Order: sequence, then C-alpha cells, then structure tokens
Amino acid sequence: MKNKKKAFWNQALLSGPYLLWMGLFILIPLFIVLYYGLTDGSGAFTLENVKKISEPIYMRSLLLSLKLSLYSTLICLLIAYPLAMVLRSLHLKNQNLIVMVFILPMWINFLLRTIAWLTILENNGVLNSFLRLLGFQGLSIINTPAAIVVGMVYDFLPFMILPVYNSLAKIDDNLVAASKDLGANSLQTFRRVILPLSLPGIISGITMVFIPSLTTFAISQILGGGKQNLIGNFIEQQFLLYYDWNAGSGLSLVLMIFILISMAFVAKFDKKQEGTNLW
Amino acid sequence: MRKKLLFAALLTLLCILSFGCQSKKEKLYVYNWGEYIDPEVLEAFEEEYDIEVVYSTFDSNEEMYAKLHSGTATYDVICPSDYMINRMAQEGLLQELNKDNLPNLENIGAEYMTSSQNFDPGNKYSVPYCWGTVGILYNKTMVEGEITSWGVLFDETYKGQILMIDSVRDAYMVALTYLGYSQNTTNRDEIQEATELLHSQSSLVQAYVVDQVRDKMVGNEAAIGVIYSGEAIYTQRSNSDLVYVVPEEGSNVWIDSWVIPKDAKNVSAAEKWIDYMCRPEVALKNFDYITYSTPNAAAKELITDEDIKNSLIAFPDEATLARCETFQYLGEENEHYYLDEWAKVK
Repeated sequence: MKNKKKAFWNQALLSGPYLLWMGLFILIPLFIVLYYGLTDGSGAFTLENVKKISEPIYMRSLLLSLKLSLYSTLICLLIAYPLAMVLRSLHLKNQNLIVMVFILPMWINFLLRTIAWLTILENNGVLNSFLRLLGFQGLSIINTPAAIVVGMVYDFLPFMILPVYNSLAKIDDNLVAASKDLGANSLQTFRRVILPLSLPGIISGITMVFIPSLTTFAISQILGGGKQNLIGNFIEQQFLLYYDWNAGSGLSLVLMIFILISMAFVAKFDKKQEGTNLW
Repeated sequence: MRKKLLFAALLTLLCILSFGCQSKKEKLYVYNWGEYIDPEVLEAFEEEYDIEVVYSTFDSNEEMYAKLHSGTATYDVICPSDYMINRMAQEGLLQELNKDNLPNLENIGAEYMTSSQNFDPGNKYSVPYCWGTVGILYNKTMVEGEITSWGVLFDETYKGQILMIDSVRDAYMVALTYLGYSQNTTNRDEIQEATELLHSQSSLVQAYVVDQVRDKMVGNEAAIGVIYSGEAIYTQRSNSDLVYVVPEEGSNVWIDSWVIPKDAKNVSAAEKWIDYMCRPEVALKNFDYITYSTPNAAAKELITDEDIKNSLIAFPDEATLARCETFQYLGEENEHYYLDEWAKVK
C-alpha cells in the first residue's frame, strides 16, 4: 500500500513538468479559442463566428484545404509505405541512423525548406532549367494547387515515414515465417499479416500529415502565389487584417472539428495496439 | 548522490546564466518594417548611446496594428505608414512629439513636412523616415514598347506575366485610379466596380505578392509587377532590363514616419533614436542600404552618385508627384468593406 502511494507521487513528480506545460500552453489557449469563437465582440454567446464557414468564400477554401491535404496524405503514404517495407527487409542493425536520416531535413527551418521549393518550381527555376536543358518543355507548377501539395508532401513526409517504419519494424519475423509455413504466398502474407499489424502506424502517420496539411497557411502563401487561399490563410487574415479574434477563433473551431474526427479515428484503431506514435 | 549533486549544480548554473545574461543596460523597443534599416546604423546607435535596441519587424501596417491592438507588446518607437499614423492618432494611440528634443528635425525637407500634414495635421506625431511611390516595374525585353498606363495590368496579352500586389489598399488604388476614381473613395459602387475589374484580372495574374516581387522580377519570372519605388532601385541594381514607371493615371505616394506610441516606456531613448535617424550621414547610410527615398534634404545633398541623386525613381519630379495621392484612414467600417471586397477578388 505504502509502495503504491509512493509510486503515485513519483509518477506525479515526473509527469508534473509536462502536465504544467500542457495546461499552460495547450489547454488554456484552447479554452481561449473556444471562448472567443463562441462569443461576439461584447462577450455575449453567439454561433455567428462558427456559422461564418458557410459563406461561399470560406466554404470553398475549406473544401480546397480538405482536398489538398487528402492528396498530400495519400502521396505521403504511397511514398512512405514501400520505403518502410524496404528498410524493414534490410534488417539494419543501426536503427538510430535511419531515424536520423529521416529527421535530417527537419533540422532546417520549415519556412526555409518551403522557400527552397519556390526556387525549384519557379518558371525559370531549377527544375525547369534542368528540363529545358534536356530538351523538354518546362512545367508550370508554381502558383497552382499542385505546388502546394508538393510543399506539403516534402514538409510532412517524415511524419508519415517514422510511424509507418516503427510499426513495420516491430513485426516479428516469425509471424511472417509462420504465414509462409502455412502456405500463404507473399501477397496473402502482406494482406493478412503485415498490413493489419502495421495499421496503427499508418493511421498515426495519416493524422500526423493530414492535420498540419489542413491547417497550413505558410505553404499556400509561398508556393500558391497568394492565389490559392486555404482555410488557414483566411483564419490568419481574420486576426491580422480584420483584427477580429472572434471570427478567427470561430473558423478555427470548425477546423478543430476535423482534427477531433481524425483523432477519434486514431483512437478507434489504436485501442488494441500499443501506441505507435512518432517517436 | 553524486549524480544528484551534479544535477543540482547544473540547474543552478542554468539559473545563473539565464538571469545573469540580462544586462542592466537601458533598453529601447523599436518596431520597424522588415529590411528597413542598415544594421550598421543600428549598431552604431547602440554604441553611441549605450542603449540596447530590441528590434522587431513587421510586414504590413495591418500586422503592426494587430500586434499593438492586442496589447501583447509595447514599443517605444514605431515606423508605420501615413494612413495608419492617421488612424493611430485618431484612436489616441500616439503621443505628441517634443520637438525640442529633436534638433535634427530641421534636416527633413519642408515639402515632406507639408505632405505629412495630410495624415498628421500640424506634424504633431510623426517624423518622416522614408517615402516613395507605387508604380509598375517591367522588363523591357518582355513587353512591347514603353508602358505608361495601369491598363497593362488588365491586358490579356500579358496573361500569366503579371505580379499583382497582395495588399488591399494598394491593389484597390491601382484599380480605382485606372477607373478614374479616388484611391480614398468610400463610394460603394466605385469600390464594387474596382472589385469586378480586379476579379477579372485574377485569371491574368501569375501571383499575388508583396516582398517576393523583387526576386521574381530580378529572376525574369514575370514581365510586369506592381512595386514600391524603393524596391525598384534595388531590383535595377541586379537586373538592368527592369524599368520603373509611375503610370500616367496617377498613383499613391506614401510616407513612413517614426512615431512614439502612447504607452512607450522609454520616451527619451525613443527621441534619441528619431533624432539619430534624422542625422544626414545616418539617413544617407540607410538610403544606400535600403534604397528607399529619404526625405532628409541634407542627406540628399551628401549623395555623391549623380545618377542616384538625379534618379526620378528615388526623387520623382513635381509633375509626377502632382498625379499622386496619399492614403487616408477611412474608418473601420469602410476598411472592412474593402477587405470583404478584396476577399472576393482572388
């Protein structure tokens, strides 16, 4: 009994700093957003700010945001999964090294990485100069939704690779061997054994890419040429141009609904498995 | 035990370091546009007065105002533009300057003090720092003939070759001036007409940009761009094919000036800062670095490069200036109306 009590206090002490951090910088700000989102300038309760999303301009940008984040998530998955399969099959001893290779681009500030893509994708940029050198016609990608998807994929790909790789690396080789022993071919083994076991990693990767893609405003600003306004850009404008914290928070709440949905999605799949989160 | 001791020692060290580094030097909080000062000038000021300058930057007047409005930060000296100074003065956010502490103010050309009266009657709150016009920058190898009108920005032949300015009032200034209306209009029909024009333009526009226009024009990414005159001089240094013109329909002339907000904590240092910026040699050094026109008459006299001194971009002639207007603050309701309309454009 005494030991149990001690363990409790030890736990509280160890998790204390993080809980404090979470309270101060996650929970309280969330409540502030909730408060502003559901009140008007005078502090009275209203749903007007949230309803603002139904205006055609905002609705269109929300749909565009959803579409582009869906594309970028899908592309990330299509790149990350085969890569993670290959890495798993290599059975490398030094896993830390692999992890580091993936994190390496993240050491560079994400705005700088995005601006680098600007110089690559521009009409007279690196990519087009190279294509023309080879005798091809240049591509006009910059300032289109495609450019934004490229930026999203590049910026958020590590968030997909790591959880997927983690979940794949955990799968016991004996399970694969057993599946083959019992007469399953490679495809069946993949479908019946590997894929289901890696599902938590996939799900966690999907949310890790989908949520930041959905909420980004910097990538669309830089690579979209100011022509593709995502919902994030409009929220930014509410704060910076209209000084309307209420409307900005209201629109943020709408985004939060989508974030909650995707989190519920994760919780559902992650229930039986131990968490396969990013780190 | 030893580990615990080591940990405690480290913690103490960390505390000492983090607190010890806070010097007791006098501090001055400056809030200025990005890329709007020669860093050496800043250092020289710090050294001469033994004041630590805490320097932050903003990208637009609106961003600056939002930050000030939220009350999360206080600054001692800020450099907003004309219409924003107008607004801040109206809302009682600024304090009157004590001219006795600004002896170098006499270096500022009289004409700029007069223009300032448009937004700061009596020159009570502001000291001009930089000024300029808005115009068209074009690449003479990519367009036919000379450009003289805003009309090219709405011309089908330049589809995909146009860089439009991503700033509400500036964009509406272009459209309203082209349509023959005042850039300070509050007439809803006129504004709506401008919205339609800008909306029809959006399919021709390659990108809506502010700062990026510089690099894109230098890199031959587009043929035509809307740009501030100060940026134009900078781009011409890197790409001699670029030509700047203030269109015949007229344009906007703007002045960015130093102001001291009402809640400034270190007014005396702010005055020293403003006065320092008015010194001819300091103004000249800044002009060389940021290439935005200086209202400092004494500094202009010191310019040795005759080309720059006589440059019509840096110092437009009176006929050009006569075509130009300054922005005025139109009140919250009208400003929001412009924003709502602007959201429909893109």
